[in-house]
Amino acid sequence: MIRVEGLYKSFENKTVLSDINVVFDSGKVNLIIGKSGSGKTVLLKSLIGLHSIDTGHIFYGTRDISLMSARQVKAIREEIGVVFQGGALFDSLSVLENVKFPLNLFSSLSEKEKTERARFCLRRVNLMQDADNLYPAEISGGMKKRVAIARAIVLQPKFLFCDEPNSGLDPLTSIVIDNLIEEITHEYDMTTIVNTHDMNSVFEIGEKIVFIHEGRKEWEGTKEEIAHTENKNLNDFIFSSKLYKKIKASL
Amino acid sequence: MKFLNRFGSYLLFIRRAFSRPEKGQVYVRELVAEFEKLGLNSIALVVIISFFIGAVLTLQTAYNMASPLLPRYLIGYLTRETLLLEFSSTIVSLILAGKIGSNIASEIGSMKITEQIEALETMGVNSVSYLVAPKIAASLVINPILYVFSVFIGIIGGLLSGLLSGVVNFEDFIYGLHFSFNPYYVTYSIIKSLFFAFIFTSIPAFYGYNVQGGALEVGKAGTKAVVDSSIAILIANLVLTQIML
Repeated sequence: MIRVEGLYKSFENKTVLSDINVVFDSGKVNLIIGKSGSGKTVLLKSLIGLHSIDTGHIFYGTRDISLMSARQVKAIREEIGVVFQGGALFDSLSVLENVKFPLNLFSSLSEKEKTERARFCLRRVNLMQDADNLYPAEISGGMKKRVAIARAIVLQPKFLFCDEPNSGLDPLTSIVIDNLIEEITHEYDMTTIVNTHDMNSVFEIGEKIVFIHEGRKEWEGTKEEIAHTENKNLNDFIFSSKLYKKIKASL
Repeated sequence: MKFLNRFGSYLLFIRRAFSRPEKGQVYVRELVAEFEKLGLNSIALVVIISFFIGAVLTLQTAYNMASPLLPRYLIGYLTRETLLLEFSSTIVSLILAGKIGSNIASEIGSMKITEQIEALETMGVNSVSYLVAPKIAASLVINPILYVFSVFIGIIGGLLSGLLSGVVNFEDFIYGLHFSFNPYYVTYSIIKSLFFAFIFTSIPAFYGYNVQGGALEVGKAGTKAVVDSSIAILIANLVLTQIML
């Protein structure tokens, strides 16, 4: 579980996040949704510790990372897996080496054990052995996301963060990635936080949804509740297309 | 003011680059890879340039020594002195600043804009230390070796061009190479090459690491990195020469 209390974040006098209070549940896929520029990426990066916060608290379980030393935050990072928007795979390393990278840094496993663990994670995200020696430039966007997920889970993290995991993917591959994130969240009982503005993801895997509007938390609930929300900004955001308006009408 | 601000950021960046590494083994792998990238991949360029510059130096010296009163061994002497003191340390470093500097700036800059550096940070890796320290360490080892290599190849180029064109005979050229040799010049040039290696790896790395935006900014960072590291090399050359000679 990750708990955020009174979080404020600004860049050069421009307030990006104001008074964010939210709990992200463990064992669930928690979605942060909002328009581009609403502050959801800043929130995600603040949670990971890539942005320092102005005021407020971020609790990983009972540990408040805003009060921790750099060394203590580093220890927490071993419990974190992150899937970046473009995958952020290291270009100079093969698929297998990318997944082994966190193991090289943090585990005391033998070389053979590391390879086995990395291969297990690659198979878990449905990547076959013939992809192991390919380089990021040689694989598709969907495969990159899968490798990124495999790398994120290789250390069996307690917390998984995904920034726009479906961006640039076709609808079918997006569903595959969504389902994969949902499956591994339940399998490893992780606290998963997904930053998205993909409406399919909202209705597919949104066990808990937090809507950010102009740097403030406007709404939170489940995918079942979102269809009946009275929040105007959220309605404007979710049901902006004709298709979703029809879906809402049919509900 | 802007310059001081940037210089301060650069010093902090260098401090981060030399902070304690997370896991030495991973850094050793990176160091080996950098030896190949920065060293082995530069040998061909250094060989070609040094050979031809050595050859041209011999010919130019010969054609500027038309007087029969000047001994021919001076051709070998002046070729050696030019290579030893300036060309193989400073000019080769300037050339490497162009080749290696733009490579480092674009490599790190691309990593920055594709979130690879953020990925390293989220894994608890000091990204500056992981990406920059092995490059600096590798170039500090490689550049003096390239310097010695360049002097050697330049002299061979000079000897061959002198013999083939007939401007100097073998004995005179070899005598000139030995004439009034001061071993301190080698020490001076090797020290210079160490400073230059630090400059042409750390400045491009700094520019690459601080790229913000997209591919256009990566290109701009590469250009700035080459220009600034070249200027820094020229200034360092002047200062070190004043101090050491």
